[in-house]
Amino acid sequence: MDLNKLFKAMLVAVPLMALGACSSTSDSETDANGSMSGTGSEYGAGGIETGGAGAVLSPAEQQRLKEQELRRQNIIYFDFDRSEVQSENADILQAHGNYLVENPSVRVLIEGHADERGTPEYNIALGERRAKAIAKYLQGMGVQPNQMSIVSYGEEKPLDFSRTDTGFGLNRRGVLVY
Amino acid sequence: MKNLAKWLTLALVVLTTPARAALDIVITEGVDAARPIAIVPFIWQGQGPAPASISDVVTSDLARSGAFKSLDVRALPQTTLSSISGFAAQNWANVDAEAIVVGSVKPYGADQYLVSFELIDLFKARSAMNNGPVNNNELLLESRETVISASQFRQYGHRISDIVYEKLTGVRGAFLTRIAYVVVKQGQKAPYHLMIADYDGYNEQMLLRSPEPLMSPTWSPDGRRLAYVSFENRKAEIFVQDIYSQTRTMVSSFNGINGAPSFSPDGKKLAITLSKDGQPEIYVVDIATKSSQRITDHYAIDTEPSWFPDGKSLLFTSERGGRPQLYRVNLDTNKVSRMTFEGEWNLGGSITPDGRSMIFVNRTNGKFHIARMDLATRFMQVLSSTQLDESPSVAPNGTMVIYGTTHQGKQVLAAVSVDGRFKARLPVGQGEVKSPAWSPFL
Repeated sequence: MDLNKLFKAMLVAVPLMALGACSSTSDSETDANGSMSGTGSEYGAGGIETGGAGAVLSPAEQQRLKEQELRRQNIIYFDFDRSEVQSENADILQAHGNYLVENPSVRVLIEGHADERGTPEYNIALGERRAKAIAKYLQGMGVQPNQMSIVSYGEEKPLDFSRTDTGFGLNRRGVLVY
Repeated sequence: MKNLAKWLTLALVVLTTPARAALDIVITEGVDAARPIAIVPFIWQGQGPAPASISDVVTSDLARSGAFKSLDVRALPQTTLSSISGFAAQNWANVDAEAIVVGSVKPYGADQYLVSFELIDLFKARSAMNNGPVNNNELLLESRETVISASQFRQYGHRISDIVYEKLTGVRGAFLTRIAYVVVKQGQKAPYHLMIADYDGYNEQMLLRSPEPLMSPTWSPDGRRLAYVSFENRKAEIFVQDIYSQTRTMVSSFNGINGAPSFSPDGKKLAITLSKDGQPEIYVVDIATKSSQRITDHYAIDTEPSWFPDGKSLLFTSERGGRPQLYRVNLDTNKVSRMTFEGEWNLGGSITPDGRSMIFVNRTNGKFHIARMDLATRFMQVLSSTQLDESPSVAPNGTMVIYGTTHQGKQVLAAVSVDGRFKARLPVGQGEVKSPAWSPFL
């Protein structure tokens, strides 16, 4: 539970730190421009510029970064009235699965959703079957059942309100919430 | 200045829209089939303006029933008629209506009014006229007097409609009833609202408001309690709420689905859907003791239980045949039989109060509509022609179905008569409106 909170805090804190870095950079640039206009010179004092290169990443670190990127995608889409996990979602679920296996104290809530066709209560059942399909997939990768909980919202929380085929497609989904 | 004017206009529109929208009914089909009736505006016999118009309520009720349409008041031969004593049969000889509703309202002490009304048989008047002089008192189908308070005008109007409707059709009127429904106002902190209103949308009241979804409201047989599903604790749970005392009781909060509540005819039990043992199954739970009994046992989805009027079996939706279809389970033997075979899907069913037919959602060629099936002949008829129809609920007199549909990209309520001839749209207020449930007789 505490680790979960820590993780959430990091999710917020890391981008904030990055933001902080950005703003301080732009501040210093403004200062530099200000002093430049004062001297009337096209180049700053000394006239130097620096360049840099990223650290060389090991394959493991590269994989970790790639998975970190994939984990930002937390929505898995489903076909109409179906609850099988499609193969195109394998990479995303792999990334979440590896993370959950490596961090057995992290828990995830899997939401199941349906489009607006059919009846609300049937869609609750369908949403639950989708959430369970994702849980089963992750369990197959070694994620412990006690790390996962499930809730079905059926058609009660649509992402898209257009009621077009595209909109229906966006609403038939499973969502991983940490 | 221009901007201010614009804002004021906007504000006015915003302020006036909800009140009007709550009451508009758009009859989209079926006016031709309605029987003409003459409703003379009730005569006000007091000083100053009349407190409210009872005859307007009656006119609107009878139009909403789909069975009647009232004649234009300006075309009536006697517009000051308030009782049979002033009735001149010869003046009405050419009026194409089967009956006339007349009445009067007069002050009767502080905040009290004496309301009288009479129903005159115009068919009989016409045939009697051909056989000599007419004895007016023989033309009276109904004659009543009641004392009411100012706040009871609409209610008594519905009562008159009930009496007129039953006298002329032989079927009990369902005008003194309520509807419960869910309104979702996206963008609000607590977008999900559980509402009740008179059957015609008047006297709307909020029973519950929540940041998380509310689903599947359903009435107890005494019209006093509602059962519904709430996600307020981030999971589906079933509550029963007394609409007068506001007392809420949690009835079911197992792991997984707790859904689709339906009161037994004696009001003591709920049929519900639980997935605590794996897949969704039908259970019957005793509301007082909370003890539950599992009814179905199948690896496919079983949900949406609904009681047969005798309380001995349940109608439910099951995917055991591959696609959602309606089945019946006998509560003594747990024996299951399939009810529907026509169409791609049939789900969300309920039995009409007379026990003779069932109303449900049918999917044919990918389109979802409300349908009815005669239980004896198995004849199925699609009733609605709107889009994405769901959540049908039958009026307690079995004549009309209210359901959720989509109109111009918005969820609204609609009504269709059980013969499919009368169709109407009921835009109730702002936001998405869904999951209507028609109350029993009140």
